[in-house]
Amino acid sequence: MASPRPAMTTYAYPKIFLYRRLVQAKLFIDAHYARPIDLDNIADEAYSSKFHFIRQFKSIYRRTPHQYLISVRTEKAKILLKDGMAVSEVCYAVGFESLSSFSGLFKRLYGITPLAYSKQQQHVKAQIKETPLRFIPGCFAHKSGWL
Amino acid sequence: MITKLTHVSIYVLDQNSAYDFYINKLGFKVVMDVPLVPANGHRWLTVAPPDHPDFEINLTPITEGMWYSKETAETLRDLVKKGTFGCGVLTCDDIYATYEELKAKGVEFTKPPKKEFYGVEALFKDDSGNWFSLAQLEKG
Repeated sequence: MASPRPAMTTYAYPKIFLYRRLVQAKLFIDAHYARPIDLDNIADEAYSSKFHFIRQFKSIYRRTPHQYLISVRTEKAKILLKDGMAVSEVCYAVGFESLSSFSGLFKRLYGITPLAYSKQQQHVKAQIKETPLRFIPGCFAHKSGWL
Repeated sequence: MITKLTHVSIYVLDQNSAYDFYINKLGFKVVMDVPLVPANGHRWLTVAPPDHPDFEINLTPITEGMWYSKETAETLRDLVKKGTFGCGVLTCDDIYATYEELKAKGVEFTKPPKKEFYGVEALFKDDSGNWFSLAQLEKG
């Protein structure tokens, strides 16, 4: 008598291995953005065709791996600038190799230079510290008994 | 005439843990992070999905003595932990990629992606126990 068919315990869907490779590539960029990343190597490990990898990555994340890496770096830069780190330190901390290219790229993406953004954020932080209730909606503050 | 929904509150068990979950796992952005008055360790903390920055989710701590009695706070905590509250539908471009990424980050799914009449949907829980639908809606 044939043994009963084992219950299917692993969830599967079409192209599951393709998805897992692409997600691993994305998570690799998320984790190692601060270092020089050779995107060709990621493509080699994930696929035999770099072109195919880029196309698939873009179809999921709306950006090429390179564009995605740049966006991770600049978003991290915003966080560090907000924390008060100096612009030159931020530039290298997020993986850029040239201060001028970092500043130019930042300005192009966000319409403000890193230095101006940093000053703006420090000003907001100082205001929050000084007058926090200006930043908390009245309904919440009122219910909490602060007004 | 009411025009928009801009803020909602989600009860969380621990704001620091919720911050980590919504920012580092779900990829939301911090909109406001203001220490409460008087400083009691809690803050006015709102976050938003990356493509929807004007829709703020207030991660509200269940704080005994602030809004609730001890008994109410305990009841509310229990209900949140039990997964009583469904908090909404989050949409994504590609549900399988999002599902794999969130799973890799340790997010607990109670239902894997499944085809429904409106698209493909999965269910997951946040770090407190609140549950969300994650959906890739059909276009058109």
